[in-house]
Amino acid sequence: MKRLRRHGQESQRERIKQELFQFNKAMEHGFPHQPSALGYSASLQLLAIGTRSGAIKLYGAPGVEFMGLHEENAAVTQVHFLPHQAGLVTLLDDNSLHMWTLRAHKGQSELLEIGRFTLTGPPGASPSVTSVTAVLPHSSGELLLLGTEGGHVFIVEVPGFRELEERNISLDQVANSVPEDYIGRRNLEHVEALQENPVNPDQIVIGYGRGLMVIWDLEKLCATQHIPATQQLESVWWTDDGKYILSSHSDGSYCRWMVGGEDGNEEEEEEEKSDIPYGHFPCKAISKIVQLPTKEGPPFLLFSGGMPRASYGDRHCITVIHSKTHVALDFTSRIIDFFVIKDGPRSAGEPSALVVLVEEELVIIDLQTEGWPVIQTPYLVPLHSSAITCSHHVSAIPLKLWERVIAAGDLQNTHYSKKPWPITGGQNLASDPPQRDLLLTGHEDGTVRFWDASGVCLYPMYKLSTSAVFHTDTDPNDNMNQSTEGEWPPFRKVGCFDPYSDDPRLGIQKIHLCKYSGYLTVAGTAGQILVLELNDEAAEHTIEAKVVDLLQGQEGFRWKGHTRLDVREDPVLFPPGFQPLALVQCQPPAVVTALTLHSEWKLVAFGTSHGFAVYDYQQKNNILIKCTLNPSDQLAMEGPLSRVKSIKKSLRQSFRRIRRSRVSLRKHHVNNAAKLQDANARLEAELAEMELAPVQRKIEARSSDDSFTGLVRTLYFADTFLSDSSHNTPSLWAGTNGGCVFAYMLRLPSVEHRADEPITAQPAKEIQLMHRAPIVGIVVLDGHGAPLPEPLEVAHDLARSPDMHGSHHLLVISEEQFKVFTLPKVSAKMKLKLTAVDGSRVRRAGVAWFGSNRTEDYGESGLMVLTNQGDVHVVSLPGVKLQVHYNCIRREDVSGIASCVFTKHGQGFYLISPSEFERFSLSTRNLVEPHCLVEAPQYSAPSTQHRPHANKASSAQRNARHESEDAESAARRVMEHALLNDEKVLQEIQKSLEADQMLFSENNVKSALA
Amino acid sequence: MNKNHRVPSSRSLSAVEVKSKFGAEFRRFSLDRSKPGRFDEFYGLLQHVHRIPNVEMLVCYADVHGDLLPINNDDNYHKAISTASPLLRLFLQRKEEADYTTFGTDSLTRKKNTVLSAVLLRPDTNRKKPPVIISLPKDFRPVSSIIDVDILPETHRRVRLYKHGQEKPLGFYIRDGSSVRVTPQGLEKVPGIFISRMVPGGLAESTGLLAVNDEVLEVNGIEVAGKSLDQVTDMMIANSHNLIITVKPANQRNNVVRSRGGAASGSSGRSSDSGASYYGYTSHSASGAAAPVPSHIIQNFPAGDLESDEDDEDLVIEAGGEAEPIRRAPSNYSMPSVPLYQPHLDLRTTSTLSVNANGTLPASGSSGSLNNALAASTTPSPDRAMQRRNLEEDGTVITL
Repeated sequence: MKRLRRHGQESQRERIKQELFQFNKAMEHGFPHQPSALGYSASLQLLAIGTRSGAIKLYGAPGVEFMGLHEENAAVTQVHFLPHQAGLVTLLDDNSLHMWTLRAHKGQSELLEIGRFTLTGPPGASPSVTSVTAVLPHSSGELLLLGTEGGHVFIVEVPGFRELEERNISLDQVANSVPEDYIGRRNLEHVEALQENPVNPDQIVIGYGRGLMVIWDLEKLCATQHIPATQQLESVWWTDDGKYILSSHSDGSYCRWMVGGEDGNEEEEEEEKSDIPYGHFPCKAISKIVQLPTKEGPPFLLFSGGMPRASYGDRHCITVIHSKTHVALDFTSRIIDFFVIKDGPRSAGEPSALVVLVEEELVIIDLQTEGWPVIQTPYLVPLHSSAITCSHHVSAIPLKLWERVIAAGDLQNTHYSKKPWPITGGQNLASDPPQRDLLLTGHEDGTVRFWDASGVCLYPMYKLSTSAVFHTDTDPNDNMNQSTEGEWPPFRKVGCFDPYSDDPRLGIQKIHLCKYSGYLTVAGTAGQILVLELNDEAAEHTIEAKVVDLLQGQEGFRWKGHTRLDVREDPVLFPPGFQPLALVQCQPPAVVTALTLHSEWKLVAFGTSHGFAVYDYQQKNNILIKCTLNPSDQLAMEGPLSRVKSIKKSLRQSFRRIRRSRVSLRKHHVNNAAKLQDANARLEAELAEMELAPVQRKIEARSSDDSFTGLVRTLYFADTFLSDSSHNTPSLWAGTNGGCVFAYMLRLPSVEHRADEPITAQPAKEIQLMHRAPIVGIVVLDGHGAPLPEPLEVAHDLARSPDMHGSHHLLVISEEQFKVFTLPKVSAKMKLKLTAVDGSRVRRAGVAWFGSNRTEDYGESGLMVLTNQGDVHVVSLPGVKLQVHYNCIRREDVSGIASCVFTKHGQGFYLISPSEFERFSLSTRNLVEPHCLVEAPQYSAPSTQHRPHANKASSAQRNARHESEDAESAARRVMEHALLNDEKVLQEIQKSLEADQMLFSENNVKSALA
Repeated sequence: MNKNHRVPSSRSLSAVEVKSKFGAEFRRFSLDRSKPGRFDEFYGLLQHVHRIPNVEMLVCYADVHGDLLPINNDDNYHKAISTASPLLRLFLQRKEEADYTTFGTDSLTRKKNTVLSAVLLRPDTNRKKPPVIISLPKDFRPVSSIIDVDILPETHRRVRLYKHGQEKPLGFYIRDGSSVRVTPQGLEKVPGIFISRMVPGGLAESTGLLAVNDEVLEVNGIEVAGKSLDQVTDMMIANSHNLIITVKPANQRNNVVRSRGGAASGSSGRSSDSGASYYGYTSHSASGAAAPVPSHIIQNFPAGDLESDEDDEDLVIEAGGEAEPIRRAPSNYSMPSVPLYQPHLDLRTTSTLSVNANGTLPASGSSGSLNNALAASTTPSPDRAMQRRNLEEDGTVITL
């Protein structure tokens, strides 16, 4: 009977769980990692980006996003939309072609792969014969022309990928008709470019690598014209009127050729113009050239590359020439591809915007506004313009604060074009987000960026820079947009990707924002803690730094890390937005590892590997300083930067030594092949041994003498029962890496005396967990078992006030287990072991509210947990029982796991690459994912022809990349080999890691290799 | 300390100086190191010199590490004589007065006692160590045991390591490897976790129950198959206070042979409580010099009571009102009353160790008998250990 009832309860609970929890990897935010191909459909108004990991992403109007992934783990080298259809073809690195389509299903579109195809040549032919180098979707929408390495053009029917062998254009056919003087000299090489005549769909131009271009008639199956360019061909462009063909070449030149008449008289062609735009000295190749007419006035000429090799060969430029205006847009990273959007209903109007995909960002330039300003992208924003060092999510932002942040952000964006976003394909069907959510990212350069994370688009709102407070090495006048008068080429820097940090100490490590008061606190790598206040006006402040000595007189320590940041003593003018109110600097200036803010009490608490402190930012003084450092822990006195430096240094030294000894080896034994072979064999054997040497793990209980036990992992303010069960008092809780919890009772004066009466902190409790695992979170649960609300939440009527009548509980989350203690008398009540059972350890934990998707008013608080195995769990509160678990992140993806941040409503973000956040949800009710519909355009007259833009550059780059990759991987192999071969080097690296011993005898290495 | 230069010179002496204490009285005499005689003769001699002919007494001595060890048979008597350097200090106690409860094997009760006693003792650190005795099996503190012998295949061994309260490190390393399993499809190579290294003097080595290349199958009852090396490492560390690992020993020649016919163990229960348990006792001291032997096998030990729950072990320090922090003591702190001896390595012991590492059990296999000869076990000095623990905390009052 009893068992039956319990069974009933269990199934009831299972049902509730299903209503509350559901795992979804909803979508990705940010800029795709390692983009490799770009495509655009003027008719669909959709942009497509392929990546080296085989992903294909489609973007239209903000909120319209699709993603597909090729099964093959190969890079996407070309993306081509099919004209007049909601479909596209991708070419991968492995020479396979894939057909994708946008299919409407239940009122919204889905991106589906519907076919794949690999060209098969005649038996016995070398693979290069069918290796695809150029793809041209014919404007009829039924044919796909594939140019290959072998110089043939294969014609394939789409969407079925049926080969039309009789229509193939073989190299022999073309070669037969080529003028004797040309073909006699050289091989035509591969097909570099394929273009269709915009006014005559039967004509295509085939550009061969050697430079020859052939205009081929698809109906008559014969060549109508030969263009005997002599330079290595890079790209071909057929002007919109069909009269000219532009070719660009590897020597930095481009040529314009007149297209002959219908009769195809071979002798009529004439080189209209040939130019090396940045000539005189040798130039790099022009990888893609585009010319677009305007209704009145001269056309736009755009080309990428062509820079003088010696002086500007390392720049990534696209030159835009229109009338008298000539600008070389200087991008931040390698150009993948570009295209131009044209106005008008059939995209036949004026060129309006230049869209450039570079390796690290997407830049759109408004070509119709004076000065060609950049249009701010609503998506695909490079999150990593400076490396992300931390993130913080704040749910349900009050409208007032939201508007103020937007207003401050708008003032920063005045240099952007006012024009609306030009890519408008598809309909966003997603309902408006239920609340306003902010994602704050801290960056290596000391900036904090505010992102609108409410919906599908992660939109940049505001950027806060903390570096103005400090003296840094950079010259503030070193402006990005500065250009010297009369400089040639006329460079203009565009894009915001700037990964080079001036001073790594500026890096932001922790962020805490109070959404009700607008107080923000950020903490950084050099122990700096800034408290900032939102101010709508620009204001001048002199920032006084307060130094907090966290060692508290502990003797025998010498900080080996970086120094404190120098604070500017003169007043600094801060623009509207968050302006610094107080600055605290920890001594030693170690990285801040825990930070929290209580805006109601006006206190900020922070901790490092040495201790923690509480600072009163109203009275601007310290209330509490506690040193948690273990006296024997010398490792904690090494700054993170010094360690990195020493590893780098030691690696560099090892390489030098290897090189030196290799050189000497060669010198001495150059005539003694046998000895050399012997040495090589020995190295091989050593390498094999290295591979066999197993990784060992030490099994040892944690002890109080371990390193970094004093590192403060978490800090928590709570108004709870600390001393007796009848009076609740403000308190501070701190948890350390060594499994120790410190609780302090805070005495706050009444509100009217807050400004002048001192605040005191008294030690109240200390809990040493037996298992000594690092403490990652502390939460106080009220009488109902619900987590205490955030400061000011109750005052703003946004949360139910906590139950202060029942007894409170303390939840301590360590890396190994969850433990509930009673309060005020601390005794263990419940616990849940994680590591002891499945070997996973808690990396992140956060309290969240899960609403039921069935009944509007039912919901539960739960603890979201991410483990080092990449699993997410939900743990019930206050019962600490595992509810659900899902695999979320690959366990090898350490940086992804480290970057994870939870929201208060059951969602989470983590970095899948330096530039992309994956958004996931554990809640059935709160799920953000794109809902959008793309309708296939009506097939209109053949005159509105889609022009395949993204054609040339990508294939050229593909080849280039092949080469560079080969060289790269070869180099890598050599390095690995060198490293693994040399046991001493390995030992040394290990040694420098362990003991930072810099003086390792060089003789060891020498003798080992001699 | 000052023992360093004295030890080598005195060991060559043929006579052993003996200082014997009974109650408040001391007797001094000497013995020939080369011919110590038998234990019962020695016992008689002690009764004689102390003039207590009819008193039943327990004989204990302080060994080189300052640990109090019992003398109750020929073997430990010889051991005491041979290791005395130069003075053999004896402590005699009336058997009826001997306090057995203080050093019971039940870790739970002892811990509570000692926590309390540590608190009480703290102001008076110079108080004399209470006289303790060790003689009976239950006075020993288990450091390791083989459990669940009756439910495991004979090829497997389930070993429990009692890290609790020990200063000795667990002391082993694990690695990835592959093992061969017999499946219906034939032999299959599967990844496994293996013991890769033993730390000399560590708990794992000193028990002799684990060896390099033993395959780890379970950690505290949870199979490790499919788990990564790091996961298994974390599981072991999370369970380190009471680690139970099931291994498939690399050396299969020394498996515990279950007596056929069920004569040895009447119970065929499945829990570890009723199962036969084989305990190995070793010295609590920090060195492996005293011979640790895995062959001290007794049955039906109350294993269930040993389940320690670390819930009670989290230390909570409540600072009431004025907290006066106590400065942390250096970690090599020792009580002034306890003399510090330099550990040394006995050659004979080392050879025993190597035998044990191979897992060769004594041929007798008399699992019921307790062979104390080589068990240079000692009473744990709990108050000292607790003292150290408490000194790690900054606080005044401890409430439990």
